[in-house]
Amino acid sequence: MRAEPHYTLYHPRWYRRRVSVWWWLQKRSYTAFVLREVTSVFVAFFAVLSLWQLRALAQGPEAYGQFLARLRTPGLLTLDAIAFLFVLYHTITWFNLTPKAMVVRLSGKRVPDWVVVALNYAAWVVVSAVLAWALLRR
Amino acid sequence: MASTVALTVARYRPEQESVPTWQTYEIPFREDWVVLDALNHIKDHLDGSLAFRWSCRMGVCGSCGMKVNGTPKLTCASFLSEHLPGPISVEPLDYFPVVRDLVVDLHDFVQKLKRVKPWVIRNEERPPSDGEYLQTPEQLDTYKQFSMCINCMLCYSACPIYGLEPGFIGPAAIALAQRYNMDSRDQGSSQRLKVVSEHDGIWQCTFVGECTKVCPKHVDPAGAIQQYKLTAATHWVKSLVLPWGTR
Repeated sequence: MRAEPHYTLYHPRWYRRRVSVWWWLQKRSYTAFVLREVTSVFVAFFAVLSLWQLRALAQGPEAYGQFLARLRTPGLLTLDAIAFLFVLYHTITWFNLTPKAMVVRLSGKRVPDWVVVALNYAAWVVVSAVLAWALLRR
Repeated sequence: MASTVALTVARYRPEQESVPTWQTYEIPFREDWVVLDALNHIKDHLDGSLAFRWSCRMGVCGSCGMKVNGTPKLTCASFLSEHLPGPISVEPLDYFPVVRDLVVDLHDFVQKLKRVKPWVIRNEERPPSDGEYLQTPEQLDTYKQFSMCINCMLCYSACPIYGLEPGFIGPAAIALAQRYNMDSRDQGSSQRLKVVSEHDGIWQCTFVGECTKVCPKHVDPAGAIQQYKLTAATHWVKSLVLPWGTR
């Protein structure tokens, strides 16, 4: 308990606890939540990286070669690996939360949560497979 | 098996101290006792000055919500045996002002609850001679889960957003708004949408999900809020495309 009284108008003796700046470290689930929020930064990073890649591609083979060389530097490789882990965490946590936001009813009955989650993962696998096929078919 | 167990209880006596302190009581351990029984034992036999709220002692009234070992719980539904070997800490609910010991002020929640109009709203009331508003079991089933809320406020105490943004309408009030929106007899969803979709409503929620975890009645307020977000977003898109169609 923290010794910082905070007064309520007309009720000076009511005690209000202030929320600590470190509230998100006090419970594992709060930390998991804040980490999930932080993943948005890395999602944005990947988006910017892709735009940068497109720009290099539009500028011709030489610029694209330079871009690829820059991607292979240890700094960017590390950043990429960290960003990938965060994006993976982002995807998994949001997939698992989907059934909370979307209640699907089929002939009056609620579709079980695990089915909604499984459909998300299935769609992920299918899209990844199609992309892999398109990119690697040569 | 231990014959006694220590209960560390938060005390706040505004006439004596300006910040809460801890007081430890050694109470007999009984397999069939819940934390509320232990508090009543303290009140009856050890220290009559301890203040706490309770009424039904069977998970219906929603009065005895406190933090037990740091987690918001109904003390009437938390067995001592689940928290052995102790000491078991008992504190008032977080984010509400403490009036005395374990008693918090409910005013903020009650005001917010009133704002979402948690009752059946009709454009025009039918005369009683026309009979009841009928509802099928399937229609009941769509909102029944949200109607189980007992206003115990454990969800508020679990919600860090409510702690950081005291204006947030909060989990239970939004779940109850959704309970009436989904009721086939109700026609007031647009009135509620105005309150719930404003800045201090659903958009404050960032989906921590703790409200659903601590709910003793399995109401799932986090689910209600996310579903409401979907409704509000759809409503907004419709109002852009068909500005005259959403009145």
